Amino acid sequence: MAAPPAKDLAPRIYSRNVEDFAVPLGREEEWRFTPISKIKDFFDVQEWASIGCETGSPFVEIVSMDDPRLNDAWLPTDRASAVAREGASQAVLVSIPTETEVAEPIVLQLTSTMLNNYAHIEVQTGAFARAQVVIVHDSSVNVSGSIVAKLGDQSQLTLLSVIDAEEPVRQHWHWASQLGRDAEFLGLSVSLGGGVIRTVPHITYTAPGGSAQMLGAFLLTGQQFQEHRILVDHSEPNCTSNVVYKGALSGEGAHSVWVGDVLVRREATGIETYELNRNLLLDEGPRADSVPNLELETGDVLSAGHASATGRFDDEQLFYLQSRGIPESVARHLVVRGFFVDVLAKVNDEELRSNLMKRIEARLGMVDHA
Amino acid sequence: MSSLVITDLHASVITDAGESEILRGVSLTVESGTTNAIMGPNGSGKSTLAYVIAGHPKYTVTSGSITLDGADVLAMSVDERARAGLFLAMQYPVEIPGVSVSNFLRTSITALRGEAPKLRTWTKEMKESMADLQMDPSFAARNVNEGFSGGEKKRHEILQLGLMQPKIAVLDETDSGLDVDALKVVSEGVNRFKDATGAGVLLITHYTRILRYIKPDVVHVFVDGRIVETGGPELADSLESEGYERFAVAKA
Repeated sequence: MAAPPAKDLAPRIYSRNVEDFAVPLGREEEWRFTPISKIKDFFDVQEWASIGCETGSPFVEIVSMDDPRLNDAWLPTDRASAVAREGASQAVLVSIPTETEVAEPIVLQLTSTMLNNYAHIEVQTGAFARAQVVIVHDSSVNVSGSIVAKLGDQSQLTLLSVIDAEEPVRQHWHWASQLGRDAEFLGLSVSLGGGVIRTVPHITYTAPGGSAQMLGAFLLTGQQFQEHRILVDHSEPNCTSNVVYKGALSGEGAHSVWVGDVLVRREATGIETYELNRNLLLDEGPRADSVPNLELETGDVLSAGHASATGRFDDEQLFYLQSRGIPESVARHLVVRGFFVDVLAKVNDEELRSNLMKRIEARLGMVDHA
Repeated sequence: MSSLVITDLHASVITDAGESEILRGVSLTVESGTTNAIMGPNGSGKSTLAYVIAGHPKYTVTSGSITLDGADVLAMSVDERARAGLFLAMQYPVEIPGVSVSNFLRTSITALRGEAPKLRTWTKEMKESMADLQMDPSFAARNVNEGFSGGEKKRHEILQLGLMQPKIAVLDETDSGLDVDALKVVSEGVNRFKDATGAGVLLITHYTRILRYIKPDVVHVFVDGRIVETGGPELADSLESEGYERFAVAKA
């Protein structure tokens, strides 16, 4: 099949019907980096379990997939997501009623009963609602699922996802976030480890004035693969988007892929968009692909930019820190922590933030002793 | 009493063009309580000497020795040298994004002293040292060297000097890029450090200006990778009026 024209960043198919999507072969633009053979079973509906969740929050329910409250407007845009939608038997639904402000983070501890699982998580905020939702993945199992967020007018939602997985674990997550008028969305995707982790966050706007930030921090070692393929689809005027992903990699065979697609449609005038990916290679082994794409159908924007850089560990930084008596291993930790600080600084909850830093440090400990 | 003894030191750097020798037999002793100035033209290798003492991986020592109180400095890693009591105030300190000055200093002091300083006394110590160098308290929250002006970088280096209290301090062109006021503040910081600790100082500079504020006991002229003349403070005065030309001629 021919590569799609470069100017067409929008998904070509939106459908619930699995058969509307061909089984990916790995040659398609959107799958060309993915080790397809390792997730073959994600492309046909299997006898898999459905992810549940433990939470203390009254705003969370487990519902059936035909519950009328689930978001009709959301449609899968790739085969894996369509399969997961079809295969899931239940959904985790978080609904924040209109004008409700939830101060404490709503923590969803995802649970599973089998090794292979489908998942469907929906977060809906009514107009003027405010909430923070923390999704702690079950990182010991394979999952194909979707996280669908629908933000009502002028609502604010922070959605934090934490995957902290071991090597054989495979997870595929489609994130779809739809922003209403003047809504503010902050997505934070922290992905540590995993055999094959692929996240596909899409951000769309259903009215003017929405503001979206999508931030990611990822860390890979050994033979791990992660792909983060973001699409921001600006179809409404006066919206903003800011995408920042930072990755640190070490080890022969570690491979990360970041694709940042931003589409600014003709009617999306007066928008501001920026996307950034920085990758830090901790040694000679790993490979990081970074592909920013910006497609502008209108010149009538406030600003539009992107940046991408992949660099080796800076020996001058190490020298400086060591020359102050700091042992090399501590110096490396400082530099890597510093690298992630601006992403993690967006996590408002201090306990959560320090927990994430500890997880990253635990991973780095593994790197040191590898 | 400490002494840093450098004997017939040769060092090279590997470039695309091959190996190039930069230090060509440097011999020098820095004792506690003395200030040695090394003066030389650009490209003479005097900054390389500073880096080699600190252990920068870019340079390879091909022969000669460096000892600190008899211990083999060249056998030590960069951080071991610092813990042994060597300090290099750098000409071009690097930025470390996301690492705050206070976190950096505390980590360094913890490594140097072998235990974490008590938070309350440490905060006080850091604040006072910063005030001595006329640094705004907000400085502690900034990322190391990130967005620092030339003067701020140098103050930050001298702040570290005062807190880390090395036995022997190497100051690499600490005067470069400073206006007169900043030069005075930084020089006072160095003198305070000398008076308080009685440490030895190796002051590397191109210009004599800083020597008006930090008085050297010995002045070495450094040309083409080695010391070509050694004298008292009066040697600096003659360099001020005559420049380095006569040494360049002598070399040719």
